Amino acid sequence: MNLLELQRKLIAVARANPPADTVPYAFEKRILARLTGRPTLDLRGFWERGLARAAMFSVAAMLLMSAWSVFVPANNSETLSQDVEKTLFAAVDNAGADFAGDSR
Amino acid sequence: MERTDAELIAAVLQGDAASFEPLVVKYSPRVFATARRYARRESEIEDIVQEIWLKSFNKLASFRGDAPFEHWLMRLTVRTCYDFLRGHQRNRETAFSQLTEPEADWLDRCVTHPNEAGDHASAARQLVERLLEHLSPPARLVITLLEIEERSVKEIAELTGWSVPLVKVRAFRARAEMKKCLAKLAQHKYL
Repeated sequence: MNLLELQRKLIAVARANPPADTVPYAFEKRILARLTGRPTLDLRGFWERGLARAAMFSVAAMLLMSAWSVFVPANNSETLSQDVEKTLFAAVDNAGADFAGDSR
Repeated sequence: MERTDAELIAAVLQGDAASFEPLVVKYSPRVFATARRYARRESEIEDIVQEIWLKSFNKLASFRGDAPFEHWLMRLTVRTCYDFLRGHQRNRETAFSQLTEPEADWLDRCVTHPNEAGDHASAARQLVERLLEHLSPPARLVITLLEIEERSVKEIAELTGWSVPLVKVRAFRARAEMKKCLAKLAQHKYL
């Protein structure tokens, strides 16, 4: 097969048959709708959306914590407040005990 | 009275987006015809043309007006089509074994009766498209502009933003690539 001849023929066919230049119906309206409907930067809306999302997460976290404190049984008779107090003062209690041990 | 391109562009730049519509109406046929050279599916073609018009609206301030608007728009069109080709490179790996019957017949006729092969244009057109799909994006762009649209090297350089020597180098490579593709096609068909 003569490849050059084949190439020449194919190129001739492509030249003789240019693609159609038809435009879809109301294409210009679609473009204009895209151009005029572009959202502008809305600072107030941006903050409102952010704050609303943060509030929703806070409420969800609060509900989860409440459910946890109600439904999870305590390991002993001590309450949550007593546990927190104990944890906070643990360092002070230990330091006092160490000091008393050293002085002896 | 119909407003000129320059008047419409000035109005758009002053914030009257509606003045862009006559420009879209006037030049869309040319833009669609160009996009159809590089994409086959109509949905892809519409996406390309939409992107071209959105880009042209956003970059309209950079249009200096020392050349016709159509030239500026066609540069944008060719560059967007090239970006599309580069973005869809992976899709061009279709084998020549998938030739349809009319395409194979056209090739047979081309060999046996070279003077009659031109009669079945639609099969030949499909074959050309298939062949172009096998080329790399720069080769396809150069072959389309140089061989099919018969543009000069200087015109191609202006449209693509490449230098004249780069267009020449890419044209040389594109012809070699095309020859290789044709050889592959012939080999597949007749071996």
